[in-house]
Amino acid sequence: MNPITYVEAADVAGALGHQHISGRAFIAGGTNLIDLMKEQVMRPSTLVDINGLRLDTIEPSASGGLLLGATARNADTACHPLVRDGYPLLTAAILAGASPQIRNMASNGGNLLQRTRCHYFYDLATACNKRDPGSGCAAIGGLTRQHAILGASAHCIATHPSDMCVALAALEAVVHVRSGEGARQIAFADFHRLPEDHPERDTTLAPGELITHIELPPAAQFAAHSAYLKFRDRASYAFALVSVAAMLDVGDDGVVRDARLALGGVAHKPWRAPLAEAALIGRRAGPETFAHAAELLLSGARGQGDNDFKITMARRAVIRALEQALEGTHDNSHEFAGKEPL
Amino acid sequence: MDDHLTVAPTGAAIGTYPVNLRINGQPHRFEVEAWVTLLDLLRERAGLTGSKKGCDHGQCGACTVLVGGKRINSCLTLAVMQNGKDITTVEGLADGTRLHPLQQAFIEHDAFQCGYCTPGQLCSAVGLMNEGEANTVAEVRELMSGNVCRCGAYPGIVAAVTEVMGLPERKDNPDRPYLPGTVPA
Repeated sequence: MNPITYVEAADVAGALGHQHISGRAFIAGGTNLIDLMKEQVMRPSTLVDINGLRLDTIEPSASGGLLLGATARNADTACHPLVRDGYPLLTAAILAGASPQIRNMASNGGNLLQRTRCHYFYDLATACNKRDPGSGCAAIGGLTRQHAILGASAHCIATHPSDMCVALAALEAVVHVRSGEGARQIAFADFHRLPEDHPERDTTLAPGELITHIELPPAAQFAAHSAYLKFRDRASYAFALVSVAAMLDVGDDGVVRDARLALGGVAHKPWRAPLAEAALIGRRAGPETFAHAAELLLSGARGQGDNDFKITMARRAVIRALEQALEGTHDNSHEFAGKEPL
Repeated sequence: MDDHLTVAPTGAAIGTYPVNLRINGQPHRFEVEAWVTLLDLLRERAGLTGSKKGCDHGQCGACTVLVGGKRINSCLTLAVMQNGKDITTVEGLADGTRLHPLQQAFIEHDAFQCGYCTPGQLCSAVGLMNEGEANTVAEVRELMSGNVCRCGAYPGIVAAVTEVMGLPERKDNPDRPYLPGTVPA
């Protein structure tokens, strides 16, 4: 690690006050940033510790939803009664990611800002437009098992690694940020961006902006029908090859009143398609409807060679996740049960 | 890790920061550079080499310690960020010469071979018990997945942890589907 200066901020104004320092980075959990600093992929000169900002609460929002503090830990968020009861999809997604140790450390804001785990991004000896803009992309034509099948560009085929963010995309969360200029809110769909010709920019966060909260809108209509399904190379503690967040609001007549679908592990951001969700609404819930939605969600998917299998896997995963959501609330206990051998 | 040898830019003084920690019940004071991880402080400044540096990237769990009773990867946090905290390492689990029940169970269940991952496994298991989220053998397996054992002592580790937690022994269940690709433990 390079020499760094460390500052503890006492409040939001204090944290924002350091933005004139070049190479300033906020730190909360540090599970991704410190790792990237060891690898010299990220080289901040000053770390501003934001753990003292009292942004670690989880409380009801004015609009009947939930306000998740940016420095609340992933584990505390997943296991909070208000999250477990009202947003079981979020609990399932968080618990599907990382390890218990990392979930105890990692913050909610940091989860949104974690960087891709593309091998080439981490390897200083290879070209990477995300790490070193303009240097090229060694992943294209390289080992691409983990890489994107949707929304990639000629400059970057990296995927966003978060499980939590896939659920937040489906829940249409709102990111609250503060800067010297004031406060603003960013719709989750607009928070992460596609690589296009600027893969070095993961998000639409402006320099100097600090995430303070993540707001979950009310989602009671979906609480009885949701599933987070994750496929990976190991049974646990691995990044998603493909993951699906599915939520349904189904009437007694079996007709879908509302639906949300988001894919993880397949793009530079959690992937949603309005047409796929529209194709579910007003239709009878069942295999044909689900297969049609999966087709639309995967529309335009293109493999990189090693990851061609993801297209079929994602299509099947969407159908299965919707079937699970139709059955009820699918949480990780099913996964645990399935893992226990005879 | 040679990172400690990194030379500061010419003319820049390397600042150190006071870090007060309670480690295994004893107060300690250190003066450390900002980039020293908690793991490096424990091993190289506090002389507590029980916590192991396996991967140094949060992937293996050998560095697991308890901070305020919660398990974390000590390689992924800076010592300065833990100022004022209460740390428990594997050296602090036993009560004098009396082993922690988990340590005794690890011996009885043959839960290690080379032993390198064991300090992390033990601290992780204590954290698991503090969390209170594991109610079945399968949940113990899932919630211990942040600790890798290259000797493959998982069956013994799971048996030791579940015994100390008082969880019912796993019985064959014909209703439970076998999942191809899993390793029986």
